[in-house]
Amino acid sequence: MSVLDEVHREQWARVVATLARIFRDLDLAEEAAAEAFATAVERWPAEGTPDHPGAWLITVARNRALDRLRRESSRTAKQRAAHELLTTRGEDPLDVPASGPLADDRLRLLFTCCHPALSPEAQIALTLRLIAGLTTAEVARAFWVTEATMAQRLVRAKRKIRTAGIPYRVPEPSELPERLAEVLRVVYLVFREGYTPSGGSALVRVDLCEEAIRLARLVVELLPGQGEALGLLGLLLLHHSRCAARVGADGELVLLGDQDRRLWDRAAIREGAALALEALRRGRGPYALQAAIAACHATATVDGTDWPAIAALYGELARIDPSPAVLLNRAVAVAEVDGPAAGLAMIDSLLSTPAGAALAASSHHPHVARADLLRRLGRGADAAAAYRRAAQMAPTAPERRFLTTRLERLEADGSR
Amino acid sequence: MKYAFIAYAQPDAFAVMSDEERAAWEADDAEFNAEINDRGWFVSGEGLADADTATTVRVENGRAVLTDGPFAEVAEHLGGILIVDLPDLDTALDLAKRCPAARTGPLEVRPIVT
Repeated sequence: MSVLDEVHREQWARVVATLARIFRDLDLAEEAAAEAFATAVERWPAEGTPDHPGAWLITVARNRALDRLRRESSRTAKQRAAHELLTTRGEDPLDVPASGPLADDRLRLLFTCCHPALSPEAQIALTLRLIAGLTTAEVARAFWVTEATMAQRLVRAKRKIRTAGIPYRVPEPSELPERLAEVLRVVYLVFREGYTPSGGSALVRVDLCEEAIRLARLVVELLPGQGEALGLLGLLLLHHSRCAARVGADGELVLLGDQDRRLWDRAAIREGAALALEALRRGRGPYALQAAIAACHATATVDGTDWPAIAALYGELARIDPSPAVLLNRAVAVAEVDGPAAGLAMIDSLLSTPAGAALAASSHHPHVARADLLRRLGRGADAAAAYRRAAQMAPTAPERRFLTTRLERLEADGSR
Repeated sequence: MKYAFIAYAQPDAFAVMSDEERAAWEADDAEFNAEINDRGWFVSGEGLADADTATTVRVENGRAVLTDGPFAEVAEHLGGILIVDLPDLDTALDLAKRCPAARTGPLEVRPIVT
């Protein structure tokens, strides 16, 4: 990674967030930040990297923003206010209030990008563009839309922030749990798109997973001691630790039980498991529980996985979040403890509810789980039907091939 | 900033209430209106009579066409509009969550063009 890439990764959000505080205009902040980085690309290779790259970038970006305001017009109230702020009050607006983490501009920007009045799509797009620093084209690729569509989505989201008066502030302590949950969900959704892509030929999109982990680290850095933020970071690290083992040499999916554990990232597992423990200690929220479940899987020995603990954690999670996905995973864990018949009964009772039926109509996961349990119960024909359904619905080519292979093996066994 | 609170009422929202529930709702509404007055947030506001008393006018090719009833056949009809002057959207949404009209149908919060 070049120096500039590294500086971009470290400083982009800081530059955008500082400019947004000074000018109260996200468009202007984003454009000025982009121009400052473009100037750095031109000048740094010849002139050398400045001693304080962040301060250099903010100064250049601020001057670019002021130039732009002067060019466009100097008569609106906002511009007068910015001009006044920068010239007559005698204080340097670049001085970030130094009182604790809540004063960090990036935190304000993060909460603005993830404001509950914005749609999840808009929250994700803004967070990837303004905090993570992805280009519009990269954000578009991440979510399988054209660059024009993504540009339009970003313009609309920024217009809503401006027109509707979404404030640029950190929520009060009383609002923090709810607003933090919104931020964490955005980070989780970015990771999920990387870990289980909703389309394409790749089984994992490592870049998106790593982007999400960086965002989760930023949240932990900016809001230390928040159990759910620690839990989310732990969860993502533990999932991602298996990244290299999840895809075989031929690009095929490798299930947890068949993975080569030597390929697991031990450092990530140690960090993730420690975070899971710390998160559980601070509160048994949904991410803390999911991280604990992931830690059970990641620290399992060859002799066995602690399925009773996993089933109990899923039971606790289901009481907080009785969503069909959680209930499905709980049933899979129960099948390992009480046998496939018990798990299958739980899945079938889930699928008879409206929410469960909706999951079965939109996701291959319940069909994969049923197929596996039916196969273990010796119900070959029913298992084959479930594999067929799962293969039709699987979103990526490697998963489809994996399920088709399972189906063929089952049919070969049945015909013997 | 000025925001419009646009209340859509479910037609039977009040019909299904018991007398006590209706009285409690009206007391909450009076308290809500007193609060926004006292805080200096109230700009203007009116409630609308039932949608089936409306007459819709369309001028097409220079000719007026009248229709008995509201412009669209939907489950929830515009029931009233309240204009309030508040610092930002967070304040507006906090207020909207406490507005009794949000309990009898959806309440749309929309900024007023400045």
